Amino acid sequence: MKARIHVTLKPGVLDPQGKTISHALDALGFDGVEEVRQGKYLELDLKESDPEKARAEVDEMCRKLLANTVIENYQVEIEA
Amino acid sequence: MQTAVIRFPGTNREKDVVMALERATGHAPHVVWHKDASLPKVDLIVLPGGFSYGDHLRAGAMAAHSPVMKEVVRQAERGVAVLGICNGFQILTEAGLLPGALLRNAGLKFVCRDVHLRVETTESPFTTGYRNGQVIRVPVAHHDGCYYADGQELKRLRDEDRIALRYCSAQGGQDDRSNPNGSQDEIAGILSASRRILGLMPHPENATEPLQGGTDGCGLFDSLTHTLN
Repeated sequence: MKARIHVTLKPGVLDPQGKTISHALDALGFDGVEEVRQGKYLELDLKESDPEKARAEVDEMCRKLLANTVIENYQVEIEA
Repeated sequence: MQTAVIRFPGTNREKDVVMALERATGHAPHVVWHKDASLPKVDLIVLPGGFSYGDHLRAGAMAAHSPVMKEVVRQAERGVAVLGICNGFQILTEAGLLPGALLRNAGLKFVCRDVHLRVETTESPFTTGYRNGQVIRVPVAHHDGCYYADGQELKRLRDEDRIALRYCSAQGGQDDRSNPNGSQDEIAGILSASRRILGLMPHPENATEPLQGGTDGCGLFDSLTHTLN
């Protein structure tokens, strides 16, 4: 079972890397981008076969280590 | 005064802290490897600067879960003073001993230079040796030093007089150039609610000998020696 995790900075938290990427896109002529927010993508291979249990476990991993909930939000997708 | 300095894989400022503590206290600190689950009986624990676990995932995130940190948290709860410098500050926020988080510098560059700091409170074992409003000069060297806390937390820090140090100009004022990393409210260092834990991004241990270009950091180590002895 696979877990895909997206970790993103919360709205309002300064994202200078996202800003720099946005400026670079602008310089390349892509002027339709209003804002870029950079994040992290993690892929986990799990032993667990029950999607509910897997989700609960990954959720705990995110809260304990993978995301810092002071500054970051996370989204978990579980795929059988 | 007995002290302990914790080493994580990637810690690189422990010798600087050891020298500063030895100068101030007259005793060599215990240097403790992060895998040790116990700590000697001490009055002060220092988490020095460096790049624990290569800053993977987030600065300080892995170190906050090292075996020794359980004991650091336990001793901190019992009132033992804890000082976290640079990576140590990042570890203290990741471990939940201090509020907020340290983000990538707003300028996206590693900043390594002297900065001026204003001492905002002398009401802590770390700062009694300074005067309120005193401006000191010490170096910074970090990539992830932009302090962030949500509005409510910031208000609490201000209301409870827990902002220990702010970045400032040489004259003590605020200008665009005095904040090296974009920290909210020019915050360079904060205290826990108990006032026994200090986290700060600048390196006072690197301003304790004239050869280092200044000795303004001595006040912090001398304060600790006087208040914790």
